This record gives sequence, structure tokens and C-alpha cells, in this order.
Amino acid sequence: MGSFLDNINLAFLIASVVKIVFFSFMVILPMVAYSTYAERRISAIIQDRVGPNRTGIPLTILGFKRDLSFAGLVQPMADGLKALLKEDLTPAHVNKFYYWLAPCLVIVPALLTAAVIPFGSELNLDWLAYFGISGEWLHKPIKLVIADLSVGPLYTFAIASLGVYGIVIAGWASNSKYPFLGGVRSSSQMISYEIALGLSIIPVLMIFGDLNLSKIAQYQDANGWLLLPFWGEGLTLGRWLLLIPIVISFVVFTISMFAETNRAPFDLPECETELVAGYHTEYSSMKFAMFFMGEYAAMIVGSGLAVTLFLGGWSIPFGGLLEKWTGITLTFHAGATPFWLGLVHIGCFLGKVVVFIIFFIWVRWTLPRFRYDQLMKLGWLIFFELALANIILTAAILMWFPI
Amino acid sequence: MATIIVQRPTLKWHERWFITPFLKGMRITLGHAIAILLRKKKVTMQYPEEKWDANLPEHYRGAPALVTDEHGRERCVSCQLCEFICPPRAIKIIPEEIPSEDKWAKVEKRPKLFNIDMIRCIYCGMCEEVCPEQAIFLRKDYAITGLSRAEMVHDKTKLYEIGGVRTGLVNKWNELK
Repeated sequence: MGSFLDNINLAFLIASVVKIVFFSFMVILPMVAYSTYAERRISAIIQDRVGPNRTGIPLTILGFKRDLSFAGLVQPMADGLKALLKEDLTPAHVNKFYYWLAPCLVIVPALLTAAVIPFGSELNLDWLAYFGISGEWLHKPIKLVIADLSVGPLYTFAIASLGVYGIVIAGWASNSKYPFLGGVRSSSQMISYEIALGLSIIPVLMIFGDLNLSKIAQYQDANGWLLLPFWGEGLTLGRWLLLIPIVISFVVFTISMFAETNRAPFDLPECETELVAGYHTEYSSMKFAMFFMGEYAAMIVGSGLAVTLFLGGWSIPFGGLLEKWTGITLTFHAGATPFWLGLVHIGCFLGKVVVFIIFFIWVRWTLPRFRYDQLMKLGWLIFFELALANIILTAAILMWFPI
Repeated sequence: MATIIVQRPTLKWHERWFITPFLKGMRITLGHAIAILLRKKKVTMQYPEEKWDANLPEHYRGAPALVTDEHGRERCVSCQLCEFICPPRAIKIIPEEIPSEDKWAKVEKRPKLFNIDMIRCIYCGMCEEVCPEQAIFLRKDYAITGLSRAEMVHDKTKLYEIGGVRTGLVNKWNELK
């Protein structure tokens, strides 16, 4: 036992806990909350409305003249409070154990997948030495990824596909017809699109020859994003030819991700017009909110994965070019990245994810829902074949233009 | 029966695969979003701060109220027709004899109690239509609120306060006659 404890690197442990707390509780969960707000505001402006713009601090209760509204930015807190204070009803006809298990099974995989996504390059804590703090750990930059697995995307898909259990169990345990239909639809849809999702990133992995997401991000930082090859090795003919399969796989990946997270136009499991609310019809209060949190968390993590694979992860847009022109270090150099650059990288990553989420929302309020047979046809007859052909195309290009 | 063959448009390949329709749709929604963000188009009125009051039509039916005439006499003679016609039975009237020493003794009756329950009132305007004395009118007040049920019952004082004075129209109880 003693020897086991000796092997634990305390600095690493503390850093990991801080990273987990920072990324999942200070980044993803607030982002989940604020993407519901963004969803409502963006849907409102698309439909010529205003959206929630009033929820703020009710100073008038305390006798002041005006309320502070902050453009409604307190709305997610009010929503969360409402969800917590509502009656948590468990209907008599449900299977209690699975009924309670399902919301957890939706939200846990969505948050677990965040572990392998690099949300920044690395943070150099050298400057702490000026404040009189000393220690060996100061001079080891902290890698900004919770678990630096060498099987990143595989882990993500393995865990993310567990999310379907939550939905299926919710549909089945509710013991009611609409949730059941929603669960059935969801399971068939998620299983179908997982194939296209998995196959679509194989060309990307072939190009990198690596499954480690932080190495993938580093490569793109040094040599141009896959979709923006303007610096480093990105200027070779091979990389530009590879843009064709990459654009295809990006499109297939993005659309499959829409289907995977049950977002419009593929939100058939919860389509209001046919199935009341789909698999969460029988849920109320915080359990109901947890399905939404799971959906949005899956959306955020999916966006993070897409950003890491195709859009350079945490790297600065045109960072390589700007570095060449201005002479300021803007790209990642192992162990020698200044502290401010680490922060800028985190900001870049989050900015890209936010843009992706806004795109998600924009698409949701633009497109009508697919018919179920169209959805299946699209998944099995088009994306599956397209992704397979894409792998062969990439292999052919890589044969003549190896990277 | 005549058969009408619906002409379906022949779609090009990019239309069949949702490529151009998708882009068109995205452009339309983005156009709406930008128009709202740049405040080129304004649809919603921020209610408590901005009100539509100036644009209320002449025939707007708001809270019903009692009126007095130009001599300060209450026009209502307690005939109770409005009480009988009121579909949600929101009106309650208890008539009262006008004492003989009163200036308006020849009118004979006036309401002792005139309550309109604003929780029940549906603003249909039938009381106004049925009133032979033109004593009850629907005003333009629409934000009737209260913290209790009792507060939502408008009594005589409140009704005269909302109604105010109306001149003209009915002259038959005037002393001059």
C-alpha cells in the first residue's frame, strides 16, 4: 500500500482535479446553461421576436425604481431554480429503478466524453515563482486535457454511444406509448448514424496517423488546420488535394452529429408534433431538465470533437501566418508556451465551440424535420457509402502524397 | 369528376439533395436575424414601458364603469337589466329608493350597491348595450389587477371613479324638463 501511494504524483493528481473541475463544472455546465439561453434568444431573433430579455435582479422588490435586467442573462439560473423547485413526480405506472436511472445515463456519458478533448495547449506556471512559490511542479507546464489518452476519438465514440441507453431506458421505463416510440426511434437513429460518424473520421485519422487528440491539435497548430491549410506543411499539394475528402468527411461528421445528439432536423425521437415530447414525456422537474442538459452537453462535446479534428482545436486562426508576419510567438512550442498564449488558446477553443453551437441552433430554427424513412435512407444509403468511398479516396491521395 | 393532375416541379440534383434549399433557408433565417439585430424591423412592443394605448380603437371594450351626468346625478336607476343580461353574472345590484327630500327624488331609484366582479367580467359590452339610461359604459382601461379576490370586485365608488362624467344623450330626468 505504501509503495502504491508513493507512486502517485501529487502534483499531477491536483492538476487533474483542477482541470476536471474547471472544464466540466466551470466550462461545460455553464455553457449548457447558456446554450439554452442562446437557443431561446437566437430562435427569437430568427422568428422576429425578442426572447427572454428581462430576467435579472428584481430590485423593485426591495423598493428600488428599476430592475436590473442584464438582457435576460440570469434566465438560465431562473430556469434551473424553477426545475429544482418543481414537484418531482414519479408516475405510478413506471418502472421506478430504470425511470430514475435514465436521466443520469443521459448526462453522464455526455460529460465523460469531455475528458479527452484538449481545451487548450498548455499552461506555463513559471510566473508563480515571482510570488515566492517554489517547487519542481512549477516548471512542468500543465497539459490542458483531462486525460491525454492515445485512443481519443475511440473513447469518445465508445462512451457517447452509451448515451443511447439513457434514452432507450427512459422510453421503456416510462411504460407509456409516446415515450416508447421516442425511445425506439432514438435507438435506431443513433445506432445508424454512429456508423457514419465513426467512418467519417477515419480519413482524418489516416492523415494524422495518430488517435491522440492533443497531438492532432498540435499538428494542426503547426501545419494549418485540416480545413484551413495555409501555413507550415499545409501549403503542400497533398494537403490541398486532401481538402476534398476532408470536406466530405466534415460534412458527414457534422450531419451525423446532428443526428447523434437528436437535434433538429433529426429530432424525431422527441418531435413534438407526433410524440408529445418523445422519450421524456413522463418526466418532470430536474429529471426533465437533465435530459436537456445531456442533449446540450453532448452537443458541446461533439462540437469540441469536430473543432479538434477539423478546425485546429485550440490553435489560433491563421496563427502560423501571423507568427511569420509579426514575429510574435502564436503557435505552440512544447514546454515553452508563454502563459498568456495558453490562455489565448483556451479562448480560441471555446470561441470555436461557441460558433459551432450557434451554427447548431441556427440550423435547428431553419430546417423542418426529416421524415423517418428519409432519415434512415440518408444514414444508410448515402452517408455510409459516402464515408466508405471517402476512406478509399483518402488512401489513394495519401499513397501519392504522403504526409 | 374532373381530375386535376398536380404539376410537381422537376428538381435538380442539388435540390433533391437539400444542398441549395438548405443554403436558401439558412440565408432567409440569417436575414431575419440580422434585420432584428440591426433594429431595421420592430415587431414586439416592450409592454410595461411601451403601451399601445394611443392606438386603442374608439370601440375598444375595457373595464365597465358607471357614469354621472352633467348635473352630478348618477345615471343608473337600478333597473337591473345589466344584471340580468350579464352572461358571466359579474354584476350585482341592490336598488334603493331615493328619499323624497333629495334633489333627484322624481327618479325614484338608485343603486344602493353596484358591484362588478372583474374576475368574472368578460368585457362583452352587453351591459352597455342593454342600459336604457346610458349609465354604464365600457372604458379603455384593460390592466385590471389586484392582490385578492375582494380587490377585484369594483364597487360603486370605484365604478364612478373610473366612469367619470358623461354629458348629453339622456335628458329625461333633468329638472328643467
